[in-house]
Amino acid sequence: MAGQLVAVLGSGQTHHASKRTDVSIAGLCREAVDRALADADLDFADVDAVVLGKAPDLFEGVMMPELHLADALGANGKPLMRVHTAGSVGGSTANVAASLVQGGAHRRVLAVAFEKQSESNAMWALSIAPPFTMPVGAGAGGYFAPHVRAYIRRSGAPDHIGAVVAAKDRRNGALNPYAHLRENDVSVDSVLETQMLWDPIRFAETCPSSDGACAVVLGDEATADRAARRPAWVHATAMRTEPTTFSGRDHVNPQAGQAAARALWSQAGITDPMSEVDVAEIYVPFSWFEPMWLENLGFAEPDSGWKVTEAGDTALDGRLPVNPSGGVLSSNPIGASGMLRFAEAAMQVSGRAGDHQVDGARTALGHAYGGGSQYFSMWLVGSDKPGGTR
Amino acid sequence: MAVPDVAVVGFAEAPNLRAADATTNGVEMLVPLFEQVLDELSMTRHDIGFWCSGSSDYLAGRAFSFIAAIDAIGAVPPINESHVEMDAAWALYEAWVKLRTGEVDTALVYGFGKSSAGDLRRTLALQLDPYSVAPLWPDSVTIAALQARLGLETGMWTEREMAEVSARSLRDGATNPLAQRGHATDADALLAEPTLADPLRAYDCAPITDGASVVVLAAADRARELRRDPAWITGMAHRTESGTLTARDLTRSSSTQDCSKAAGTDGVAVAELHAPFSHQDIVLRRALGLGDAVSVSPSGGALCGNPMFSAGLSRIGHAARHVLDGRAEKVLGHATSGPALQQNLVCVMEGGN
Repeated sequence: MAGQLVAVLGSGQTHHASKRTDVSIAGLCREAVDRALADADLDFADVDAVVLGKAPDLFEGVMMPELHLADALGANGKPLMRVHTAGSVGGSTANVAASLVQGGAHRRVLAVAFEKQSESNAMWALSIAPPFTMPVGAGAGGYFAPHVRAYIRRSGAPDHIGAVVAAKDRRNGALNPYAHLRENDVSVDSVLETQMLWDPIRFAETCPSSDGACAVVLGDEATADRAARRPAWVHATAMRTEPTTFSGRDHVNPQAGQAAARALWSQAGITDPMSEVDVAEIYVPFSWFEPMWLENLGFAEPDSGWKVTEAGDTALDGRLPVNPSGGVLSSNPIGASGMLRFAEAAMQVSGRAGDHQVDGARTALGHAYGGGSQYFSMWLVGSDKPGGTR
Repeated sequence: MAVPDVAVVGFAEAPNLRAADATTNGVEMLVPLFEQVLDELSMTRHDIGFWCSGSSDYLAGRAFSFIAAIDAIGAVPPINESHVEMDAAWALYEAWVKLRTGEVDTALVYGFGKSSAGDLRRTLALQLDPYSVAPLWPDSVTIAALQARLGLETGMWTEREMAEVSARSLRDGATNPLAQRGHATDADALLAEPTLADPLRAYDCAPITDGASVVVLAAADRARELRRDPAWITGMAHRTESGTLTARDLTRSSSTQDCSKAAGTDGVAVAELHAPFSHQDIVLRRALGLGDAVSVSPSGGALCGNPMFSAGLSRIGHAARHVLDGRAEKVLGHATSGPALQQNLVCVMEGGN
């Protein structure tokens, strides 16, 4: 890994729900921040810099909300940055915060991400028609459905694989006290019985619209060494971008995701992700993206990710538990969704994941993507210091 | 672990125009700048290790506007990239940190904004508290006028001092071929103009500008290969203050003062300040402790062209040029963001090794 060592000292998140009418945007962020600082056993005075991430400002109708949120984030008199990299932003925000420590600019950094979808209309904000640009049409589901159809056609996956993912993630979500959807009675059959929204994506295979926030506290080696509780060491971070459209672009298995994964595994010294990674939090807003991203990330060969899912390898007790938190399918505060993946990875390797803890998790992936499957951010965290014995 | 030194090695700026013949995604403004700055350094886009940009969806009037800007790069194969919803000066900060990690040895930073696409004064009102302040639509010029009035009434500055800043900027702007405005004038002539938002006259306010700019950074030996006299970044800091306008002293800039201390601004010969209103130039000079010997915003500054989301980056670029051309040993570039100087960044650059 490049630069100085950095570790996650603590994380926090809100209870996610369709409408958090009990809090303002600032109150929502503060709920996550207070939990993260308590988890890290630190106070605002210990924080040297703050990084805020969220998806488009048009979602809440607040331009550059970090300006208004400076008070609530305890940022006054400190450096405050605002990251925006589409749906991958929660992950990118954590990565930028990590780089501030790795580059020696700051010792302890608070990263926060949020979305308050009840104060917004994401479908509208995503469906406007700017000139000279292909319209998105029916929001994200309408955009991604053809990619899922293409995946099914070329991989020969049976029709029920998406339902397997949805049932698993929703049942995992039932173990997570913060999850928006907590449905422990979901089955593959019950998912298959729900309405088709954007063929081949059914209602129960779709993420909810959530209000929520997430925060992580990152620290340098000296701070992490002194921490009372086990930190999660950052072993690698990666971000890659490609254009929305170009001749020959593979929307199912995008180059940018593959490149980011290669960079991540190489930085962390991992040669066989499937056997060396213990748990993965992968950004799966529509069920079929689990097998698609398993392939994109190098956990499975092209066109065979669905076999990993079908075999139960991604279940909580499987070879590679995927989304023990319940994932995006159980909570989707868009701007925070990526950071929730990153935070869960850190919780897993520091033994703080509660009922959704994967036994013996020592190396975990946090993954996020955004735009038209063109922005990727990921980090790999571990129980041990990078370079130490595994 | 030794942290690598980082330098500015290249800078290019689009003409500052009231309305550019371009779409809001910045592509038409950025393509020629990438070409210019990379040609000058004998580089191609494939030589860039990290890309980082600053822009605003609200200015473009659409979600994810920065995604379309990627088309200006031709990001195939994929690039290592990030974006801040801030002036690109903060993208430069992110890139500076990235270079200091040692992960990459070159970075290209860009910012763009097409303010002419909307009603800028009104759009910027949406930066305020969304529940209790923004619904009243206090626009950006009105807030700056309140700040200027506060300074006049507390004796922090006079209308003549404000006019002297504007006159200096306009005279300097006349020497900058890319500036939006500039001409020979003096404080008396400007004081005879009508007010736009009392006590601000039109020349006390930055014009509405479309524009973009690009800065290339490189680390250590790579910087020396690319440029005989790189502008080494010897200090950089940014700070925010409260977003609640009544919670801070608007006649001073404590955040800029803190940045100045952290970045080490003593002895600069040139200071390019991002002061979109004349009285803010006064606030910033005092916060930075700049003496009369310091050349302030010789490019004409924001009062001669203020392309949102790249004007701060441009200040760093203009300051760096004085070092790159061997005209100054130590300079600073400053950027601001948010209403009434809420957020500030200072980048100090020096020549030599």
